[in-house]
Amino acid sequence: MRLVLFYFLVFSCFTVSAQVRVGGTINNHKSKPLIGISISLKDTYDGATTDSLGNFSFTTNEKGNQTLVVTSTEYKPYEKEINLDSGNVNLNITLKEQITSLKAVVISVGAFEASDQKKGTVLNPVDIVTTASANGDITSAIKTLPGTQQVGESEGLFVRGGTADETKYYIDGTLVNNFYYSSEPGMATRGRFNPFLFKGTIFSSGGYSALYGQALSSVLLLESIDFPDKTSASFGVSYLSANAGIQALSKNKKSSWGITYDYTNLALVYNLIKQKYDYFRVPVIHNADANFRIKTSATGILKYYGIFSTTNVAFRYQDIDSLQLKNAFHLNNFNTYHNISWREKLGKGWRLQAGASYSNNIDKINSELQNDQNVKLELGDPLYASKNFNLERKGNYVNGKVVLEKKLFSISTVRFGNEYNMSDEKTEFIQSGGSHIPFHLKENIEALFAETDLYITNDLALKVGVRSEHSSLLHKWNFAPRVSFAYKFADKSQASIAYGQFYQDPNSLYLPALNALHFVKATHYIAQYQKITNNRTFRTELFYKKYDDLIKTQNNFGRPVAINNDGFGDAKGVEVFWRDKKTFKNLDYWVSYSYLDTKRDFLNYPFSIQPPFASKHTASLVLKKFILPLKTQFNASYTYATGRPYYNIMSAGNNDFKIVDQGRTRDYNSLSLSMNYLPNIGNTKAKAFGVLVLSVTNVLGFNNIYSYNYSANGQNKVAVLPAARRFYFIGYFISLGIDRSEDAINNHL
Amino acid sequence: MKRILFLTLLLAGGIFTNAQSDKYTKAMNANIAMLDSMMIKNNIAEIGNNFARIADAEKDKWLPYYYAGYCTSLQAMTGKDNSKKDDLANKATDFISKAENILGKENSETDVVKSMIATAHMTVDPQSRYMTYGAAINENIEKAKKADPSNPRPYLLEAENKFYTPEAFGGGKSVAKPLFEKAKELYENFKPETPLSPNWGKSTVEYFLSQYK
Repeated sequence: MRLVLFYFLVFSCFTVSAQVRVGGTINNHKSKPLIGISISLKDTYDGATTDSLGNFSFTTNEKGNQTLVVTSTEYKPYEKEINLDSGNVNLNITLKEQITSLKAVVISVGAFEASDQKKGTVLNPVDIVTTASANGDITSAIKTLPGTQQVGESEGLFVRGGTADETKYYIDGTLVNNFYYSSEPGMATRGRFNPFLFKGTIFSSGGYSALYGQALSSVLLLESIDFPDKTSASFGVSYLSANAGIQALSKNKKSSWGITYDYTNLALVYNLIKQKYDYFRVPVIHNADANFRIKTSATGILKYYGIFSTTNVAFRYQDIDSLQLKNAFHLNNFNTYHNISWREKLGKGWRLQAGASYSNNIDKINSELQNDQNVKLELGDPLYASKNFNLERKGNYVNGKVVLEKKLFSISTVRFGNEYNMSDEKTEFIQSGGSHIPFHLKENIEALFAETDLYITNDLALKVGVRSEHSSLLHKWNFAPRVSFAYKFADKSQASIAYGQFYQDPNSLYLPALNALHFVKATHYIAQYQKITNNRTFRTELFYKKYDDLIKTQNNFGRPVAINNDGFGDAKGVEVFWRDKKTFKNLDYWVSYSYLDTKRDFLNYPFSIQPPFASKHTASLVLKKFILPLKTQFNASYTYATGRPYYNIMSAGNNDFKIVDQGRTRDYNSLSLSMNYLPNIGNTKAKAFGVLVLSVTNVLGFNNIYSYNYSANGQNKVAVLPAARRFYFIGYFISLGIDRSEDAINNHL
Repeated sequence: MKRILFLTLLLAGGIFTNAQSDKYTKAMNANIAMLDSMMIKNNIAEIGNNFARIADAEKDKWLPYYYAGYCTSLQAMTGKDNSKKDDLANKATDFISKAENILGKENSETDVVKSMIATAHMTVDPQSRYMTYGAAINENIEKAKKADPSNPRPYLLEAENKFYTPEAFGGGKSVAKPLFEKAKELYENFKPETPLSPNWGKSTVEYFLSQYK
């Protein structure tokens, strides 16, 4: 009997512990069944994975109260207490969406980002340097994107009806002064920085973050690389330059250092390719840079980059006022730039980004009037006397910035900080008679900013920021609110709108001013639609930009000087960008088109006119094709822009000006080709990796005219032409120790 | 009496632990047996989830996390939807880091999976990502070979990578063949450390070698 009871007990025990079935369905908030979701009983082996209808079912021997856990990378974790003692369990579970940076809408209005990591990028760093027309210059590659103008007579990015002065450049968060080599009359100089210093590039043509200021139109944000992949050495030689460098990575990969030296001498080039100017000192440039990077903790990195460079160039050109005379221009430049930055995660969702930069720039310019024997002439006529002068400009610049970021919820964040910018520019102008005219311009700008990125759902995000700046030069504060919305549609395309106010100091070229001035101002309104799918990108933007308080100038001792903020203007337009890597096998191409309608009244303009730096229509086509069996990449780019207006504005007395002549240049066309041959590509056993680079700009030899200059009496009109009709480049670059063939392709200038 | 009670308790305890580890071995064996067919049956996610559940319940064993990482990285590598690959690869990294934390170090097998994860990330956009992930793919293969020269799996991965790399980039079928043969030779002699230790890949080598005939 006892035995029977015992067996009965054991048996019933078994029935109680007999298997229970747990099943149900899992849907998302839109009632869509979810596939491949993992369900488990906490701390047991039991569980299942949902099928194609979102159903799951499993059996378990567990008893009593258990925790059911649902995990998925895309949805918020879900837990529920269930009781297994009362038989089978059936559950219908709805998961809440997890807001993740991979799924969320991207606030991209106005910005083109080039990076290989983040989503929503339009270009990657390699693209910047394999653009045929760019010749390794960052700005030239950016000029194939919508919003930019094909201005060739002076350097800089002219964005959406803005001047070059309205675009500012940042490296690792701090402002860069003298981003370009010093100006030479009638020519656009290159940027000073090698594109391979940077892992990420963001070009914003409007509506950018409150972290950046002192730019009415645009910012170009460059982020330097963290650590090199391996220790390596590199050498390069072309018919215009030679360079050598080393990048060393420590054994524990926690620090690295590097130095490079680059020598450029255009003597050979200028003998082979006819230049518009007669060079009596061909450009010679020395560049030496150094860097170090230290991992300060698991999450922190300290980076330093510094560069020294000197340029010496001199040339003669036909004087515009007299056919017998020449102007001789001699430029001697010394420039040094140093940037140190630190970023660190502070814990509890806080992050710090701090940086400081210092730069020093010295330009020594000598201008002479010469006769046909190249002998200096001292003439009494003030028109000619003014052509003999010396100019010495010394600039010291300091920029510092601290940004603190706090994670709020999901991926929403708030960031705030301050920025300090000091510039101290001393200019000494020595006229032919020997009289010195010194200018000293000192400016301290302090800025405070705060910004938040709020992700309401994966489909809706909002960015709100404010920036306020104080200028010691102007004795004024400004206050600039900025806001943008982004909404993602079911087909993964997205629409965004943005509004923002932007301020900057009047251009220092026209300072010191005769009267008290205030900030110049722009207000941006932007609407964007974009669709990015695998290997295809379409985006279009509509914008309206209003300019207020632009400066007006008058002539003061032969020099235009700011008198007030009565200028104004506006710009509106539409831009389209299409990139496709899919339709044609192994062919990657992009097309950009910009329509710009802009007018402004500033400087000495007698009334509101279309400025000479604005084309109505601009279009670019960029093609890249790698032909594997040839181990060669072929690149081509074609740019077209409608003619730009030009004016001869002359004094009408009483500080009034009038347009005495005007016209429109012919349309601009340029086709550039380049190829990169990599003999060792894919050969992992090779010790050295070389690349041969060949490029030709303006292959078809279009006679482009950027603008016209007028003689003082208005009788002579001279076209401003490119430095040379065509330009050829050939060079071979080699790197030891690491397969940097892809870098090398692009590192060619 | 006391002694008997003690002995009984000890025995009972022993039986209990035994039962526990039996359950572990059984569950692991059942899932390991499905590894070879999961590509065909398209149930990689399910088997990966099974391993993840065992791992989370056991907490102190590296093998289930290793297998969860292996399945998830394979799912990321072979998936067709590029938009999901990074998420999956990150999840696999999570599993492998947990396995390595339990082991207290990386080993030849975790290096193999890390190479697979780098491959998954790279295949999202090979042209622009090769520079970032290409190095990690090869480095982990080399580390795996060094850590255990008798492990055939790094050779299998290397062979597969070469098989699908165009000839101009130093790949191609003929370059891959000796590597497959080397892997096959290693598989012949490979003895897994324990019955549950990684031993996958032999059928894959055979499949590839049959392509040459």
